[in-house]
Amino acid sequence: MIEVIYILWLRQLKHYWRSKARLIGSLGQPLLFMVAFGFGFGPMYTKASGGANYMDFLAPGIISMSILFTAVFSGLEVIWDRQFGFLKETLVAPISRTEIMVGKTLGGATIAMIQGLIVLSLTYVLGFRISSLASLGFGLIFMSLIAIFFTGLGLAIASKMKDMHGFQLIMNFLIMPIFFLSGALFPLENLPPAIYFISRIDPLTYGVDGLRGVLVGMSTFSIYSDLAVIGALSALVCAIGALLFSKLEA
Amino acid sequence: MQNILSVQSLTKKFEDFTAVKGISFNVETGSIFAFLGPNGAGKSTTIKMLTTVLKPTSGEIRINGFNALKEQDNARASFGIVFQDHSLDEELTAYENMEYHAVIYKVPRKEREDRIRQALEIVGLWERRKDYVKKYSGGMKRRLEIARSLVHYPKILFLDEPTVGLDPQTRKSIWTHIKNLNEERGMTIFLTTHYMDEAEEIADEIAIIDHGKIIESGTLEKIKENTGTESLEEAFLKLTGRDIRDENGGGGNKRRFMRGMGRRSRN
Repeated sequence: MIEVIYILWLRQLKHYWRSKARLIGSLGQPLLFMVAFGFGFGPMYTKASGGANYMDFLAPGIISMSILFTAVFSGLEVIWDRQFGFLKETLVAPISRTEIMVGKTLGGATIAMIQGLIVLSLTYVLGFRISSLASLGFGLIFMSLIAIFFTGLGLAIASKMKDMHGFQLIMNFLIMPIFFLSGALFPLENLPPAIYFISRIDPLTYGVDGLRGVLVGMSTFSIYSDLAVIGALSALVCAIGALLFSKLEA
Repeated sequence: MQNILSVQSLTKKFEDFTAVKGISFNVETGSIFAFLGPNGAGKSTTIKMLTTVLKPTSGEIRINGFNALKEQDNARASFGIVFQDHSLDEELTAYENMEYHAVIYKVPRKEREDRIRQALEIVGLWERRKDYVKKYSGGMKRRLEIARSLVHYPKILFLDEPTVGLDPQTRKSIWTHIKNLNEERGMTIFLTTHYMDEAEEIADEIAIIDHGKIIESGTLEKIKENTGTESLEEAFLKLTGRDIRDENGGGGNKRRFMRGMGRRSRN
């Protein structure tokens, strides 16, 4: 069982490592956001907040963003597997669908974590500092939960999609709103009721808030409730994913 | 003789048509069974159900004594399959593809390397094991898929149009390998092909499916006798008619080529 999960995981890591263009290309967006927003809105934020540093606020958001996108993409990779025929090879094997789901979730989540860690080191270059080693440790927990949740979500969606045609729909009506309304870029206070409501049902909100809480000590909710929400959601999405995978047909 | 594969009243309904209409047949252990039919007759749907990737609407399938619906993993471990379309990971090397297969089929770790080597040597790809599959030619990919399907020592091997799009040399070599597997290891072979001469040469038993039903089955001699024809190709054409079928047509969807053209030009 462990070996099956390991080989599924290893395959995804090999794909990631061998496609250097994707590895480097996916760093472009977080870097751009950090530079554009960080330096663009920085002075305004400092003025409005009475002296706080925007980079401290923004860096956890951008780290979460890179994890979000990498994780969802990794999950959606199953659609490519389906189109190139490889999915069948895995589906006819005498292994449980749960093993497939777990292997793929861990594979995608690991890649998203690596991506998140690379972005974390980039934020260091741009002047972001973490208070202590312990907070880095807690930060890694939040990062991995964000990674697991969104890989699981990507996989669950992919199990229902036959091809890549629905990709834009998923990106523009689900993933982008999840990112923009999660508080990754701006504080979730004094918002119009509709936006306030959406931000509260946005899973990433709790991931970003928790990560920001442990890394720089700024959070809207308590870190423990953040942890509970994102932890419970990760477990839920994996369970749903496993159920959907058990019904997967080639 | 025992039956390695036994199918009872197998049916698959899709929303708008019935692709497979209650077919029943048996495949004897150690035999070569050819499953023939025009495009859209229900061949691929049947193979998908036999290999557990598509759930039948009703009916029973037993592979190697296991119920393919209830004892899925035992049934899955009993067969190997070479799919009609490619199913390799092109971003991995040939060896990595083999290793992935060996692990998900739970081949004991100690035996893995030997078995992979043996299988790759059968199809003559051991020297090229470190190449990425994307660098392989069509024929090499097919050979690799056959090698891969052998790693877990299946009792029955499903081959869904294994030689389509290959040159005569490669086709010949693939059939030679398959015949050897059947003779030396007693492996049962279940194959589909559109090349009637191939089926004629290799198959012990033949079943012809059309519009979701088996319309003729038996040995080559018996089929020729029943239809009063000289070759399998003639028998096939006599049984299934000369209309050209749509690829995914299914049941009542057959349409004459010329009529199709007329319809198109009117639009």
